[in-house]
Amino acid sequence: MGEVWKIDRREFFRVTGTAGGGLMLAVYLPDRPWNPSPDAPLQPNVFVRIDENGGVTVWVGKADMGQGVRTSLPMIVADELDADWSRVSVVQADADPHKYGPQITVGSSSVRGGAWTPLRKAGASAREMLVAAAAARWKVPAASCRTERGYVYRTGSKQRLGYGALADAAHELTVPSDPRLKSPADFRLIGTSPPQVDVHDKVCGRTKYGIDVRVPGMRFATVVHPPEFGGSVKTVDATRARQVAGVRDVVQIPTGVAVVADNTWAAFEGAKALDVQWNPGFRMSSAGISSHFRDVARAAPVVGRSDGDADAALAKAAKRIEATYEAPYLAHATMEPMNCTAHVRADGAEVWAPTQNPQGTQGTTARITGFRSDKVTVHVMHLGCGWGRRSRTDFVEDAVHLSKKLGQPVQVTWTREEDMRHDQYRPAALVSFAGGVDAAGRLVALKALVVSQPISANGKGRAGDVDRNAVDGIMTTRYAIPNFRVAYGLPDVGVPTGHWRSVGPSQNIFVFESFIDELAHAAGRDPVDFRHDLVADQPRQRRVLEVVAKNSGWGKPLAGGHAHGIAMHEDKGTVVAQVAEVSLEHGKPRVHHVWCAVDAGQVIHPGIVHQQMAGAVAAGLTAALYQEITLDDGRVVQGNFDTYKMMRIDEMPLVDVDIVMSDAPPGGVGEPGVPPIAPAVTNALFALTGTRVRSLPLRPDILRSTQQA
Amino acid sequence: MASFTLRVNGVSHDVDVDPRTPLLWVIRDVVGLTGTKYGCGISQCGACTVHMNGQSVHSCQVPVSVAANAHITTIEGLSPDVTHPLQKAWIAEEVPQCGYCQSGMLMTAAALLQAHPHPTDADIDDVMSRNICRCGTYDRIRRAIHRAAKEA
Repeated sequence: MGEVWKIDRREFFRVTGTAGGGLMLAVYLPDRPWNPSPDAPLQPNVFVRIDENGGVTVWVGKADMGQGVRTSLPMIVADELDADWSRVSVVQADADPHKYGPQITVGSSSVRGGAWTPLRKAGASAREMLVAAAAARWKVPAASCRTERGYVYRTGSKQRLGYGALADAAHELTVPSDPRLKSPADFRLIGTSPPQVDVHDKVCGRTKYGIDVRVPGMRFATVVHPPEFGGSVKTVDATRARQVAGVRDVVQIPTGVAVVADNTWAAFEGAKALDVQWNPGFRMSSAGISSHFRDVARAAPVVGRSDGDADAALAKAAKRIEATYEAPYLAHATMEPMNCTAHVRADGAEVWAPTQNPQGTQGTTARITGFRSDKVTVHVMHLGCGWGRRSRTDFVEDAVHLSKKLGQPVQVTWTREEDMRHDQYRPAALVSFAGGVDAAGRLVALKALVVSQPISANGKGRAGDVDRNAVDGIMTTRYAIPNFRVAYGLPDVGVPTGHWRSVGPSQNIFVFESFIDELAHAAGRDPVDFRHDLVADQPRQRRVLEVVAKNSGWGKPLAGGHAHGIAMHEDKGTVVAQVAEVSLEHGKPRVHHVWCAVDAGQVIHPGIVHQQMAGAVAAGLTAALYQEITLDDGRVVQGNFDTYKMMRIDEMPLVDVDIVMSDAPPGGVGEPGVPPIAPAVTNALFALTGTRVRSLPLRPDILRSTQQA
Repeated sequence: MASFTLRVNGVSHDVDVDPRTPLLWVIRDVVGLTGTKYGCGISQCGACTVHMNGQSVHSCQVPVSVAANAHITTIEGLSPDVTHPLQKAWIAEEVPQCGYCQSGMLMTAAALLQAHPHPTDADIDDVMSRNICRCGTYDRIRRAIHRAAKEA
């Protein structure tokens, strides 16, 4: 069975719940390149139907959290199909491994993770089948037919047949094993930016996010979790909570204490009135964690990469510098707090979740309820931001445990404070560098030592491993460094860690691109020229660097009190370089303008790429300017947007995005734009003030002291 | 508990809740209009913005007892058919990404245009900085407000 095959009406109805007819194809998209075993039977995760009226429907099993996959994935099918885009509709698939293949939506993988070719083949196969059906009807060779916007035309005549009129006949034909794919020059939709499918509902409040689910008989609830990670409930006194108007019940569940009420606010008020004694969990404070990281750095690290002889080359270098950087824990703080709605019945369970991980949600529900997974239906709701937080299922557990105990449908909504204090955090990091340049100002040696937790629910890792995420962006650099060593130290810290938009590079590109800038200055070189040497044999990198330098007017004089800084990054098949123009206003950094050059390979929807790049700048800049999660005796200090600040419209820089075309396959665009902005800004601040920012978030006081000095 | 009559988008609703219950939760969980969002509960993010007698308010801060008998407009009532100039501009500029904050953004922007039919960038900064967008759609929000002002 290939990546695209035909399914009959019965099977189509079973998976989509829709009566079939017309041409119905199933498509298998591998989730990630390394995921499926080659011997396992392919389970489709996309279905395409061309109905008798010419409508094209695509069922997509991917979560949308603002990154536009509900638009971009169907565009790929529609282009190869030569469909009329106005007749294409998209349906979000529920989670069910008995119906669909992998659906997890992480790692900017939706388009790049193997979807590109199978989706093109699906469209191309359908097109060839429709052409063959038309050719048979006209009794002409297929070569004398062409397709355009939902019709097959007979060349040299005015005859045409709509896809709808051909769909049934086409379904009787064999799916071509190797359909001819378009040459990129012939794309009509790919590379254009048609309106995104969900915009209309989003401007009138009609889009249903997880928190908007309303099920008949549903109660509203919230859960209070142990304030220390790994802690548990010792005793609960619910007397006062039960007296709160609107509170119906207080229920202890394995994850914490739930308050059930007539409305969410009553549940929140009840939660405040709870008197819970907790068994202790992880008890460290931020200062202790930081000093533990320094101890780990002094202990024997594990070497993850060693090219040449970094020590010998450093000893011989014309100039050597050393520096140590720190990055904080970060919360995801999605706009929609964690929530989930569940209904555990006697014979099965139904879950409504804003999730990036439908099958994990189903598995978690099955484990808690004891039902087979085919008795668990998961409805994937819209996500009010994902950022990686919603690939975990801890919030699903709350709702399923609670509904199981109550025997009725219940929606659990976390308060913002619970959301921030029970996140799976972007790991903090301590990174030390030593680097050397030769007399010609070329980078000859670099040593990096990374101390940072792996990503795991309890924050722990395995001794002796080099954690792939913790060193990502440094160990994986494309820079040509003849003598290069990367080592890793594993801390023993019980802070739960998670994937945070762009993951390891979110901290590592800040430290790495800052130190590269330090080396450039130490060598007396221009930071762009210095990087040019490092990517001399990387054409995509080189081009992106050239474009961003040109667009930003790099090296040309700027307004007084303004400076430029640059940083670049490659991840998920996409190369991004950013230049930030920065000044100080009343001692506070002000980012006026960001130029972003991005080579994302074949671009499906340039509008989405622009959105993702501007959004990435906002994400990275917000974190750099304002955000850190700190611990006091194991408890997270920050709880809401007053202490964990978000950048607002008045601080948003102008972002110029230039998409650099290349013939590389589609790269991911959700994440790679995030990491470079922090170092671009801090490198600009160095150019402006002479102060090197070596920890985030930015503390304006260090810049002020320099100015006054 | 106490009874109140709420007038939301021109429709009266009798509700029986604790008088301190914020308007946000009455709209969402009792009246059943879910376009108005919860983001922070402390008047930081603006996702819960609605209009009360024509003024924009953070509905997480308004007790239902204060909102009773006032004219409340939520995102669902901004226009009957998605034709408010801001909604049209939001669509034309493709403002939303995840979209969660956009109800609040639109309601704040609608109040801004009432007060300043042709707002400057500084007016937009001043008023729209009451709201948070995590996707970073700020630049398109600015463009859409200018567009709506021009086309209104």
